[in-house]
Amino acid sequence: MSGISPSDVDAAAGPPDDVIERAPGRARVFGLSLNIRQSGIYIAFALIVVLFSVLTDGALLEPQNISNIIVQNSYILILSIGMILIIIAGHIDLSVGSVVAITGAVAAVLMVNYSVPWPLALLITLAVGALIGAWQGFWIAYFGIPAFIVTLAGMLLFRALTLTVLGNQGIGPFPDAVRTLANGFTDGYLGNIGLGPLGGADLFSLLIGLIAVAGFAASQWRTRAARLGYGQQVDPMAVFVLKIAAAAVVVMAIVVQLARFKNLPWVLMLLAVLVLGYSLLTNRAVFGRRIYAIGGNLQAAVLSGVKVKSVVFWIFVNMGVLAAMAGVIFAGRLNQANPTAGNAFELDAIAAAFIGGAAVQGGVGKVVGAITGGLIMGVINNGMSLIGSPSERVMLVKGIVLLAAVAFDVWAKRRAGTAAQ
Amino acid sequence: MTDDILRMSGITKTFPGVRALQDVNLSVRRGEIHAICGENGAGKSTLMKVLSGVYPHGSYDGEISFEGEPCRFTGIADSERRGIVIIHQELALCPQLSIAENIFLGNERAERGLIDWNRTNHEAARLLARVGLRENPVTTVSDIGVGKQQLVEIAKALSKEVRLLILDEPTAALNDEDSAHLLDLLRGLRDEGITCVIISHKLNEVIAIADSITILRDGRTIETLDMRADAVTEDRIISGMVGRDLEHRFPPHEPNIGEEALRIEDWTVYSPSQRGRAVVSGAALTVHRGEIVGLAGLMGAGRTELAMSVFGRAYGTGISGRVYRDGRPVEIRNVRDAIRHGIAYATEDRKRYGLNLIEDIKRNVSAARLGKLARRGWLDENKEYQVAEEFRGSMNIKAPSVQSITGKLSGGNQQKVVLSKWIFTDADVLILDEPTRGIDVGAKYEIYSIINRLADEGRAVLVISSELPELIGLCDRIYAMSEGRITGEVARADATQERLMQYMTKGQEQKK
Repeated sequence: MSGISPSDVDAAAGPPDDVIERAPGRARVFGLSLNIRQSGIYIAFALIVVLFSVLTDGALLEPQNISNIIVQNSYILILSIGMILIIIAGHIDLSVGSVVAITGAVAAVLMVNYSVPWPLALLITLAVGALIGAWQGFWIAYFGIPAFIVTLAGMLLFRALTLTVLGNQGIGPFPDAVRTLANGFTDGYLGNIGLGPLGGADLFSLLIGLIAVAGFAASQWRTRAARLGYGQQVDPMAVFVLKIAAAAVVVMAIVVQLARFKNLPWVLMLLAVLVLGYSLLTNRAVFGRRIYAIGGNLQAAVLSGVKVKSVVFWIFVNMGVLAAMAGVIFAGRLNQANPTAGNAFELDAIAAAFIGGAAVQGGVGKVVGAITGGLIMGVINNGMSLIGSPSERVMLVKGIVLLAAVAFDVWAKRRAGTAAQ
Repeated sequence: MTDDILRMSGITKTFPGVRALQDVNLSVRRGEIHAICGENGAGKSTLMKVLSGVYPHGSYDGEISFEGEPCRFTGIADSERRGIVIIHQELALCPQLSIAENIFLGNERAERGLIDWNRTNHEAARLLARVGLRENPVTTVSDIGVGKQQLVEIAKALSKEVRLLILDEPTAALNDEDSAHLLDLLRGLRDEGITCVIISHKLNEVIAIADSITILRDGRTIETLDMRADAVTEDRIISGMVGRDLEHRFPPHEPNIGEEALRIEDWTVYSPSQRGRAVVSGAALTVHRGEIVGLAGLMGAGRTELAMSVFGRAYGTGISGRVYRDGRPVEIRNVRDAIRHGIAYATEDRKRYGLNLIEDIKRNVSAARLGKLARRGWLDENKEYQVAEEFRGSMNIKAPSVQSITGKLSGGNQQKVVLSKWIFTDADVLILDEPTRGIDVGAKYEIYSIINRLADEGRAVLVISSELPELIGLCDRIYAMSEGRITGEVARADATQERLMQYMTKGQEQKK
C-alpha cells in the first residue's frame, strides 16, 4: 500500500485560501451558528440531566440530591482540573488514585496519631503532594521517561507506601474542621428568606449566588466591550444576553436548591475558586499558553523558546498538590484514611477530561470542559443509582459514554479535516 | 491516431464549500513523461488522488479511462491492481524496516503466510539494480539518505508491475545530484515502456524531462503543451500557471548594508546521534545589518545544523566556537538566550517545527515572545489580537481573521505566519531556512519582497536555500558549504550557479 493518512493536510491539494475557513462543524440551530465540537459537551450534559430528571420523576434535581452530586464528586472534579492540564500538555497521570490514598494517610497520621493542628497538617499534606508531583515530574520532564510509565510506577509505589503507613486498617476520626471542609455547609449567617412556594432558603447562599452571577455577567460584558473596542468579532447582542441569561438561570437554580437544603457545601466554594483560578491560568496566563503550545506542537514550542521541561515539571507538581487536596477531602468525607482510598480515581479523572473535550494528542482542552465531563459521569452515577441500576450497568454506561464522547470528537475533527483538503 | 494510456475527462471534485477540480481533462500518451504544473491549490494533488482511487469512484464527477477501459476505482489497492502507482511527496516508508521489507510491504513474498526471506531479498536486490541503487536490501531504511529512499519508493512501485507511475514532487527533498539521477532513471523507465506522470514545482526539471505538460490553474485545465512540437520556456509555463506574465521572479532590491550584526567564528558541531562525527567544522561567517546573505550547500552539507546550533544550541552536541552580536561576544546556551539576543530561526519544516497547526494565527504569531503581551504573567489577549491583525495586514496573510487555524492555511500563508512570529520577537538577525519550500510561484515573490523589506528595516538576514537561482536572485552575498565547512564566499555580482556548485562539491572531490 502506498500509505496516505486520512488526516493528511496536503497544502498542494488545498482549496483556494478565501474559501478555506468556511469550515463545517458549525451547525445552524434556530438561526444561531453553533460550534458543535465545542458546545456539544454542554448540550450533552443538559440532555443527560433532562433524561435522568424524567427517569427519576424529578428526584435528581431535589435539593438534597444536588448537594449529594456535588459533594460526592468533588474529589474527582478537583483531580480532573489537574488532569486536564497534563492531558493538554500531551501527557497522562495514572497515579492520582494512589496519591489520593497516600496523602489522605499522611493527613490522618499527622492529625490523628500526632495531633498536629489541622491547618499545619493540611499544609504539610499539600507539600507532600507537591513533592510526589516533583518526583514524577523529574523523571518525566528531566529524565525523559514517558509519563505513562512513570505514573504507572507511581500508582504501584504510592499504593505500597499507603499500605506501609496504614497497615491494613483505616485511621480516623478527623478533626471537625476537616470534616466540615469535605462534607459540611456554610452557616446561615444572614438567616432565612421566604421564596414563596419554594419555602425558606438561606439568604447568605442566595447572595453568594447573585454575586457570582453578577460578577460573571460583568466580566463577560467587559471582555465583550474590550473586544469590540479592538474591532474583533463578537456574538450579536441577543446571543450574548441569551448566553449570560442561560448561565445565570442554571447557577441560580442550583444555588436556590442548595439554599433550601443545608446551604452551600464548602467543597463547592473550593471548587468554584479552583475552576475560576485554573480557567484564568489556562486562558489568560503565559504559563497556561505554554501548556497548549507544548501539547500542540512540542518541537515548535522548543524552537519558540518555551522551557518545556520546566513547564511539564510544574504541571506534575500541580497535579500532586491537587491530588493531596482531593486526598484530604476524600478521607475527611469518610472520616477515615483508608488503604483502598482513591482506587480507580485516575480513570474517572482521565475520563472526565476526555469526555470534556480534551484531545488524545494533546493541545486541546478546557478546565470547564473537564468539570462538565466529571459532572456528566457524576449525574449518570447518581441518576442510575436513584433508579436502582446495579453497579455493573453504571460502569457499562460510563464506558459507552466515554467511547462515544471521544468518537464524536474524532469524527468532528475528521469532517473538518476532509473539508480542509 | 493518438495512443492514450490514460484519459480523464470532465473531472469535477467538490469538498464542502469548495470546488477543488472543475471539468478537468487530462490525456496521457503511452510511454511518455507527462508533467502537471500549477500553483499550490491549483488541484494537482487532488487530481492525482482522484486518479489513484484515494477519492473513490462516486465521490467525483467525470470519467476515467485507463488503457481504453473505463475505470471506477474503489481505493488505492484497486488502482494499483491496474498498474497505477502513486508516490507521494512525503515518502511512505517505514524507517525501521529494511529496504527489502519496505519494497514488499503489503505485497510480501510469502508462502502459506510465512515470508520467504531469500526470495524477498533476492528480488529486492534485482529491483535495486534496476533503479541503480547500490545498497544491501537488508539495510534499514533510516540509514540511507532521502535521495536513496526515493529510489526505494520507485523500486517498490516497480515490484507492483507498474504501468503508470505518478510522482508527486519527487525531487522536492533531493539535492541536484540525486535529482539528476532520479530524472535519468525516469527516462530509463520511459524507454522500458512505463508511462510517468510527474508533479513538480521545479520548472527547469520539467522542461528537461517532460514530453508533455498539462497546466492547471484554480482547479481547471488551462492547456496542454507538447514539448516535442513547441519550444517551451520556463516563462511560458509560469505565465500559464499564474495567468499573468511574471516579468521578474525576484523583486528589485537596492541593499543598504550597515554594521556587522552577526559573526560566527570557528564554529564546530558534533552529531548527537553519531558519536565523534563533526557535522559542522570550523565554520565562520558574517552578516551585516541590511544585508541578505545566502548559505548554499547540498543536502547534508551542514547548513541547517549550523543554523540550529547557533540558534540556542537547538541541534548538536560538543558545540564550540564564538558568536558575536553587533561586534560583542555573546554566550547563547538555549533558544531563549538566542531570542533575547535578537536571533530568530525560521525552520525549513514549517509544519513539524514551525507552527502549532491546531492553534490559530494570533497564538502562533505571539508564541515566541509572549512576554511582550503580558504583565506579571497575565496576557493581554486584545493586544495579541491587535498585533496579529497588524501582521495579517502588513504580511498579506490571506485568511478571514487571525482566529483562523494555521493548519488550514496554504504553505505560503503559513510561512508568512512563521515570519510574523519571528519579526514579533524583534529579532535583528533572521535565519530563514528554505523560506520558499513548498510555496507556489506567486507567494514566493511575496516572500522575497518581505525578505527585502526586512533587510531594508536594518535587519540582517541569512537565507538557507537549495535553489541556487533563488540565492543568486535574492542575496547580496552567498556562502557555500560542503561537508560541514564553509568552502567559498561569492558576492552577488560574481555569483553563478556553476561557481557555487564548484564550492558546494569541493570537499567531496578532494576525497575521491
